[in-house]
Amino acid sequence: MNLIHTIARPTAGVATAGSPPEVDLAVEATGLVKRFGDVTAVDGIDLAVRTGEVFGVLGPNGAGKTTMLRMLATLLPIDAGRACVFGVDVASQPHQIRQLVGVTGQYASVDENLTAAENLWLFGRLLGLPSKAAKARARDLLARFGLEDAADRQIKKFSGGMRRRLDLAASLISRPPLIFLDEPTTGLDPRTRMQMWDTIRDLIRDGATVLLTTQYLDEADQLADRVAVIDRGRKVAEGTPEELKTSVGNSTLYVRLTDTDRTGEAAALAQRILGEAPALTPEAGGMSIALPDPNRAGDVLIALRTADIGISTAAVRQPTLDEVFLAITGHHADHTTDIEDPR
Amino acid sequence: MSTLIIRATGRRLSPRPTLRETVSQTFSMAWRALKKMLRNPEQFFDVVVQPLLFTAMFTYIFGGAIAGNVKSYLPTIITGILAQTSLTACMATGTQLREDMEKGVFDRFRSLPMARIAPLAGPMAADLLRYGIAATLTIITGTLMGYRPGGGVPGVAAGWTLVVVAGWSLSWIFAWLGTVLRTAQAVQGVGMMIMFPLTFLSNAFVPAATLPGWLQAFVKVNPVSLVITAIRDLMNDGALTANVGWALLGCGAVVAIFAPLAVLSYGRRSSAG
Repeated sequence: MNLIHTIARPTAGVATAGSPPEVDLAVEATGLVKRFGDVTAVDGIDLAVRTGEVFGVLGPNGAGKTTMLRMLATLLPIDAGRACVFGVDVASQPHQIRQLVGVTGQYASVDENLTAAENLWLFGRLLGLPSKAAKARARDLLARFGLEDAADRQIKKFSGGMRRRLDLAASLISRPPLIFLDEPTTGLDPRTRMQMWDTIRDLIRDGATVLLTTQYLDEADQLADRVAVIDRGRKVAEGTPEELKTSVGNSTLYVRLTDTDRTGEAAALAQRILGEAPALTPEAGGMSIALPDPNRAGDVLIALRTADIGISTAAVRQPTLDEVFLAITGHHADHTTDIEDPR
Repeated sequence: MSTLIIRATGRRLSPRPTLRETVSQTFSMAWRALKKMLRNPEQFFDVVVQPLLFTAMFTYIFGGAIAGNVKSYLPTIITGILAQTSLTACMATGTQLREDMEKGVFDRFRSLPMARIAPLAGPMAADLLRYGIAATLTIITGTLMGYRPGGGVPGVAAGWTLVVVAGWSLSWIFAWLGTVLRTAQAVQGVGMMIMFPLTFLSNAFVPAATLPGWLQAFVKVNPVSLVITAIRDLMNDGALTANVGWALLGCGAVVAIFAPLAVLSYGRRSSAG
C-alpha cells in the first residue's frame, strides 16, 4: 500500500502513542486527513487501538472526532493517510471492514417507520442471517437491552435513551470484534446516561474492542483504558484517563463565603493548608482551591469552620474537559454552546 | 486476495457480496419500503388521485375539441395518461429516495457489508406496487367513462405490463438524480423540468400531425411518444408491433445506463466499492 504521507506529530502532554509491534492492533491509523472544502476537519491523526481495549477519543464539538470515526467506518472517503482495522486496509477493502466493525452513530441509525423488532430483523437479514435466526437474534438483543416491552412499538414513539440502546443493539447483531461508539450519551439525561454506561461495560466484559468518542472527561474516565485528546483535527495528548487527570490536577474545591469581606482571610487559610493560592472571585465571595488529593477538602472546610468563616456553598468537582484542554493546549475548548457552568 | 482470515478474530471475510446475497438484500430492502408505504398511506396519494382526476379532467376538457367527442378521445387520452402517471410516480421514487437517504438509518445501511445496489433497487421494486395501482386505476376510470379497448383483456394486460415496466425503468433516472442532487426539493424541481416537456411534447394528448413541423420532429424522437405508441398498439389494436420492441429496448437502455450511474454515485458518498 502506498503511504501518501505520514505526519510525525509531536504528542504534547501525557504519554506518547508508543505501541510495541508485537501487540495486535484493532485500529492502526497514520496521518489521517479529511478536508471539507477549505476546512481540514481531521489533520493528520495517528491512532493505535489495541485489540481488547476500550479507547476513548476525547474532544469538544467540531474537533473532528466523528469525522475520524466515519472515515474508519468506511462512511467517508479518506483524503490522505492510511488506516487499517485488524490489518485490513480501510480505503481499499471497505466491504471487509464492514464485516469487522459495528457502528453506533451519534444520531441513532434506526428506521423510524419500523418497530424495534422489525429494525433488528431487517439488519439481521441484511447481514445474511436466515429469517428465523434473525428473529431469534432480535429477540435476544431486545431482552439484553431491556427493550422487550417496546419490541412492537414504532421507533417514532421511542425516547432518546431507548433509541440509543436499540442503535447499539443493532450494531451488535453480527457480533463484530470492533465496535465504534460515537458520543453514545450526548444529549441523554443523567439516569439514562448511567444505564448506557452499564450497557457499554457489559459489552466490554464480553471482550469486544471499543473505540468511543466523547465530549465528557468523566465518560472517558469511566469507560476507557486509554484516551486520545483531539483538538481542531489534531491529536494533542494521549494516555490513560488517570494520567490525563493528573496533568490537570485531580479535583477542585469550590466554596462561597457568606461574608465576602473575609475572602482574603479564607484564602490565606487555604494556602496555609494546601500550600497553593486559591483562585478568587472576590465580588461573589467565591474561591476555587485545587486539591492535590480530594481528602484534603475536609481539612480546608474544618479550618474555615474553626476560624468561624461561614460558607453558603461547598462543592468538590472533577476537572472539566475545558480545564483539561486549557492545561494541554493552552486554550479553551471551542464550545459552540457553553454548557459547562462550574457552579 | 480472495478470502481473508483475520488473525485476531478468526473471521473469514468475504471479498464482495455474492449475487444471492444481493438479491436477498434487495428483497429485504423492498420489504422495508413496503412497510413504510403501508404505514404512511399518504405516499399513495399521487398514484390514486392523479389517475382519477387527470383522466376525468383532460377527457372532458379536451375530448370535444381534439377528437370531436369524449368517447372517441378515450383511446388517445387513456394511454397518454397511463404514461404520464407512471412518469409522475417515478419522480416520487426519486424524491423519496433522496429524503430517505438523509435519514440516520442510511448510515447503518452504508456501514453494513451489503451490496450497494440493494438500498436503491429495494425501494424501486416496492414502487412497482405504486405503478401497478396507478395503471389499474387509470384503466378502470377510462372503462367507466366508456373506453372499450380494441385489444381486449390480453391487449390491456400487455399494455398494463408495459406501463409498469416503463415506469420502473425510467425511475432509475430519478433514482440517479436522487443520489446526485442534494435535496428532495431539487430532485422534484429537476424532475418536473424533465417530466413536463417529455409528457406534453409527446403524442400523449394530441395527435402529432396537428403540431408544427419542428415540434413534430421532437415529438417523434421523444421516448415517451415511443412508449405511448407501443401502449396504443397493445391496448387499442391488440397488436404486438415493432414499436413495443423499441419501447422495451429503450427501457432496457435506460436501466443499463442509469442503474450503474446511480449505484456508483450512491457508493461515492462513502468509501469506494
